[in-house]
Amino acid sequence: MTTTTTTAPQPQPQPQKVSSSAVRREKETGGALNVFSHAFLILWVVLAAGPLIWVALTAFRPSAEILSDPMGWPASFHWENFSNAWNKANIGQYTLNSLIILAGSLTGTMLLGSMAAYVIARFTFPGNRVIFMLFAGGMMFPVILALVPLFAVMENFGLLDTRPGLMIAYIAYSLPFTTFFLTSFFRTLPTGVQEAAMVDGASHTRTFFQIMLPMAKPGLVSIGIFNFLGQWNQYLLPLLLNNEDEKSYVLPQGLASLAVSQGYRGDWGALFAGLAIAMLPVLVVYAVFQRQVQAGLTAGAIK
Amino acid sequence: MPPRFTPERVRYDRRYRTLDKYRFIVGFLAVPLAFYALFVISPFLQAIYYSFTDWSGGPVANFVGFDNYEKMWNDDRFWDSLEVSVLLLVIAPVLTLVLGMFFAYMITSGGRHRRGRAIAGVAGSSVYKVVYFFPQVLSVAIIAVVWGRVFNTNSGLINGGLDKVGVDGPAWLGGDETLGLISLLTVISWSFIGFYVVLFSAAMGAIPKDIYEAALLDGAGRARTFFNVTLPLIWDTVRTGWIYMGIQALDTFAICLVMVPPHVLKVTPVFLYERFRDGQYGYATAIGVVLLLLSMAFSLIVMRVGNRDRIEY
Repeated sequence: MTTTTTTAPQPQPQPQKVSSSAVRREKETGGALNVFSHAFLILWVVLAAGPLIWVALTAFRPSAEILSDPMGWPASFHWENFSNAWNKANIGQYTLNSLIILAGSLTGTMLLGSMAAYVIARFTFPGNRVIFMLFAGGMMFPVILALVPLFAVMENFGLLDTRPGLMIAYIAYSLPFTTFFLTSFFRTLPTGVQEAAMVDGASHTRTFFQIMLPMAKPGLVSIGIFNFLGQWNQYLLPLLLNNEDEKSYVLPQGLASLAVSQGYRGDWGALFAGLAIAMLPVLVVYAVFQRQVQAGLTAGAIK
Repeated sequence: MPPRFTPERVRYDRRYRTLDKYRFIVGFLAVPLAFYALFVISPFLQAIYYSFTDWSGGPVANFVGFDNYEKMWNDDRFWDSLEVSVLLLVIAPVLTLVLGMFFAYMITSGGRHRRGRAIAGVAGSSVYKVVYFFPQVLSVAIIAVVWGRVFNTNSGLINGGLDKVGVDGPAWLGGDETLGLISLLTVISWSFIGFYVVLFSAAMGAIPKDIYEAALLDGAGRARTFFNVTLPLIWDTVRTGWIYMGIQALDTFAICLVMVPPHVLKVTPVFLYERFRDGQYGYATAIGVVLLLLSMAFSLIVMRVGNRDRIEY
């Protein structure tokens, strides 16, 4: 698929003569290349959305039909796939687990991250730079390296296979980037307001919660979306730290194990319905906030 | 005491204010730093230590020097996994970045002369940007499950489609290493291209329009404009993206674990995970250290190779 169609813009046959009227001309003279480029853009829309649409359509088909004709259209709508997925295949339970953990971890990440970032950005004290570098450095290491000792640390604290344990792990691994991002954000905020608050007798804590946090809202929204998607989609940490009881799985983890077990049970309809249930909320959130999501994620990945 | 309970005369005293400041700093940093130190920093440091031990999960870990690394050197399965990982590290960024750049260029500059402007995106470019980004918001585990179904030999989307035109599709994930690698590359590139389209579009959008107008008046075609104007001006972003994509490809874990059956091929992180599951903790961490060194070496090489004079505009 993608491998066969590696295409950079190809050299055009000859440099076009451009007069000022040509600049304003609506029709492009690129000809075949132009048609090809546009076709490829459209083809990629099909490739990007195709598998997802396929999942959505297949979720309505009975298992036997899916196996005999994978590309078929749903002949009739089998809503029971969804209830099977939700109840029998535990998707409801997994969704609930994900929601509970996300509620704790996202709140914790935003609170602790903004607290640390605020102090690092707005106060001078010995060790300020060291702490900043400590957080910034944490972004560069692959999580997989910490995997095994993390498992042991969690076990020692009795946090293995518990919800608080998973929340803490999510928070800890989201802190480096959150703190890094928010530190640079807090630095850009004007100092005058903070000083005025101090003169008026507000405590540091009060200044932070009532003045600086509201001012930092755009930054908090960006990093909040980034962490929301990252933690909602987390797979590696739950696989490592929350693998004991199948009832406690989070959504991606539950679906991955469902995909394996369906190989034996054969209720493919429920698997597809489960996938559709898992994909729909994030795609809706994305569709509504696509500008912020794109800005948040691209700012998030490239430091 | 908080300021409101502090008597007037002490409140504005310099020493009191310094004390108050430090109390606040410590209070705000203590919990985040404790979490971070305990659950992130300490495991990383421990990993390096444990890579020199024969730790198997119990309380005892004997120092064994470079034994784990020696074992790795002689372990064919490790080299097999590394081969796959390095192939991903080399091919995935090129594939993803080239396609990402092509789409981004079309979206920001492909519709030349549209609306009477020298440079503009093709019609519907905002729709393209939204749809291409879809995979980026999904969990890797879900992507892996979906594509596992797409590639399925008998009831998959691809072979189902080939069936309709009378072609017998191959067993994508059935045992052939090359097909497995192609499948893996497809999924990795598929899931990241949208991200680079958005990233490069942002970088290309920041290039001043008059540079394009000048190029156009000089008679440069679209390809020439791309190679002589756009690419040099966004080179910093390309290089950062290249490093980022390489590390992502090296970190490929969930897609391989969930989608590709273990007998077909595995990447090094999956190999590491399996050693962890076997209880070979010391060996697993040593593999992690090698992965870390590999990603650092890769970043350094790309920085070196991709080092060009920065162009200010």
